[in-house]
Amino acid sequence: MEHTSTLERVLRAIAITLVILFFIFPIFWIVLMSFQTNETILRVPPSIVFEPTLQNYQALITGELDTAAGKLEFDFMSNLFNSFYLSTASVALGLILGIPAAYAFGRLKFRGSEDIAFTLLSFRFAPPLLVLLPLTIYFQKLGLADTYFGLIWVYQLIVLPLILWIVRGYFEDIPADIEYAYRIAGHGFWATFFKIALPLAMPGIAAAGLLAFIFAWNNFIFALVLASADKQPVTVGALAFVTASGIQYGQIAAGIVLSILPTLGLALYAQRYLVEGLSLGAVKG
Amino acid sequence: MTDKYLRLENVDKFYGPIDLGVHAVRNVSMDVAKGEIIALLGSSGCGKTSTLRMIAGFEATSRGKIHLAGREVQMLPPVKRHVAMAFEGYSLYPTVNVRDNIAFALKAARLPASEVDAKVGEVAEMLEISDILDRSPNSLSGGQQQRASLARALIRSADLFLLDEPMGQLEPQLRTLLRGRIKHFLKERGMTAILVTHDQTEANALADRIAVMEDGMLQQYASPAEIKDRPANLFTGTFVGEPPMNVFPVRVSVEGGKLHMALEGGKELVYAEDAFAPEVRDAIMTRRDIVIGVRPYTVRRDESGVEATVLTNQWLGDQSHIAASFAEATVVLVEHDRADVVVGDRIAIRLDPSDLHIFDPATGMAISHGRGLA
Ligand SMILES: Nc1ncnc2c1ncn2[C@@H]1O[C@H](COP(=O)(O)OP(=O)(O)O)[C@@H](O)[C@H]1O
Ligand SMILES: [Mg+2]
Repeated sequence: MEHTSTLERVLRAIAITLVILFFIFPIFWIVLMSFQTNETILRVPPSIVFEPTLQNYQALITGELDTAAGKLEFDFMSNLFNSFYLSTASVALGLILGIPAAYAFGRLKFRGSEDIAFTLLSFRFAPPLLVLLPLTIYFQKLGLADTYFGLIWVYQLIVLPLILWIVRGYFEDIPADIEYAYRIAGHGFWATFFKIALPLAMPGIAAAGLLAFIFAWNNFIFALVLASADKQPVTVGALAFVTASGIQYGQIAAGIVLSILPTLGLALYAQRYLVEGLSLGAVKG
Repeated sequence: MTDKYLRLENVDKFYGPIDLGVHAVRNVSMDVAKGEIIALLGSSGCGKTSTLRMIAGFEATSRGKIHLAGREVQMLPPVKRHVAMAFEGYSLYPTVNVRDNIAFALKAARLPASEVDAKVGEVAEMLEISDILDRSPNSLSGGQQQRASLARALIRSADLFLLDEPMGQLEPQLRTLLRGRIKHFLKERGMTAILVTHDQTEANALADRIAVMEDGMLQQYASPAEIKDRPANLFTGTFVGEPPMNVFPVRVSVEGGKLHMALEGGKELVYAEDAFAPEVRDAIMTRRDIVIGVRPYTVRRDESGVEATVLTNQWLGDQSHIAASFAEATVVLVEHDRADVVVGDRIAIRLDPSDLHIFDPATGMAISHGRGLA
């Protein structure tokens, strides 16, 4: 490995640059677009020199979109709120249900635990469309269609397996004797869970929560079918940008930027936990 | 009551379903008196840790009962058993330093800080870890972690102390030093302890009694001297003792009032018929095929003996270890003086009847030790 030639290193650098460009450029371009009007966006040839404008963001925040056909009411901010509410509540519920389950699967190894854990994971293999039709019918019968509660419930299909499997791995990585040492020193099962297992798995829980949040945030299909306009998240709400009288590229771009921001911020904030999570490996004797 | 302070009664452990899973501990019964130090000795995987964990309450017993300090405890959770344990592997709380790890139980019991400090200082000094008290567990070597874990156990007041290979990762000199100190510490306070080890020197030095385990079964439970002098079966005979006991299968016959033991390869050991007690003679004669064992330091060189050819001769500074080919196998003898033999020399070997351990080849059980029945 030490004897990598200059050529090899240059090629590698080029490859990495290409990959980064490939992934970053669209985002960069969208950010630029969000500060332009439709005219400057559609210029031929395109240019990165333009006069920035905040009118796209303004339109989104006030909820009044200018289209060629006139003004259009569109409550983007409430969609954003829905996304936020649905994702946060889903992850919170997912953590409450998933962490104890993960501990049980990781530590207690009861009969059939592998099968149950795998079944839960398999929810993620099935195409959502497969369950949507029966789910819609059940939900309408139960009066759960178009309620936050119903959506949060369905979102567990996304977040619960994820949390369960990630956190379970972290619990398994904590040397069991740390917990035994605490228990034999005069503490009960629950005290040990809350004082030893939970804090030591915290980086994993943070990582799982973050990932689950992003997955929930990006979900489209469940909300599309099960939520009406006032409950729908941005992923579904963004469809409104495609109007009969043309596509508002600038506003779409601003919408995308606004909807990326929370997850991006969360990822940057939780990066610390993710790194800590990796270094927890040092605990293993 | 005091001689049955801890009592295991027909304890079984299966990992997985009973009778189908891994049978880690098989029908083990033993008593421990208050203030006694017991060593659980056996090779890796023989069920020592499983036994300890059942006593601690981390593993349920599959069958059998455990009594401790007058209570039946096998159904109680660990917190109710009043035992302390030092762990084999990584078990320190990673978020607090070594000092707080050791003091953990004392602080939880709300002992005054000055008393806690004094106790931690004492144990740390004994185990040579005073200099690492402020370090974080993650920065310690395996041996340091083990000693911290041991200190955390020894500092507590508990009915029973379970020490799972507490010195497994220490260098030999330190181990020898700490062995003595730990024994003194335990004895001075009248603490009852079970020490798991696969090191027979450690077991001999520390324990009042040794429980030899193999394949989940208790092979023998006796004092170090008795295990050495009167091994209950072939396993303990060959497992305990350094260098290990020599064993040879022989066929016995009586000719002309003498007891002949035919070794493999045609040579014979010949003994006067009254060299063994009559019951021993009967036991041997009904079997005909037996296994004899003899400790290396009781093998004599003697002109009248059976011929052997020297394979190696090592002077260890205080004793000679000679290995010689004998009866299609190898015999090892230990002499306290520097032996003047070299490779290829012919020597003659004498095995005195009083030094012979005789075993049943089918069951491995001891038939006799020296003249008398086992
Ligand atoms: N949690 C477990 N699940 C299944 N088998 C186990 C478990 N723990 C130990 N064993 C098995 O039980 C046997 C005894 O193990 P152990 O008590 O740890 O032995 P020792 O401490 O003497 O090395 C071994 O064969 C081991 O593989
Ligand atoms: Mg062990």
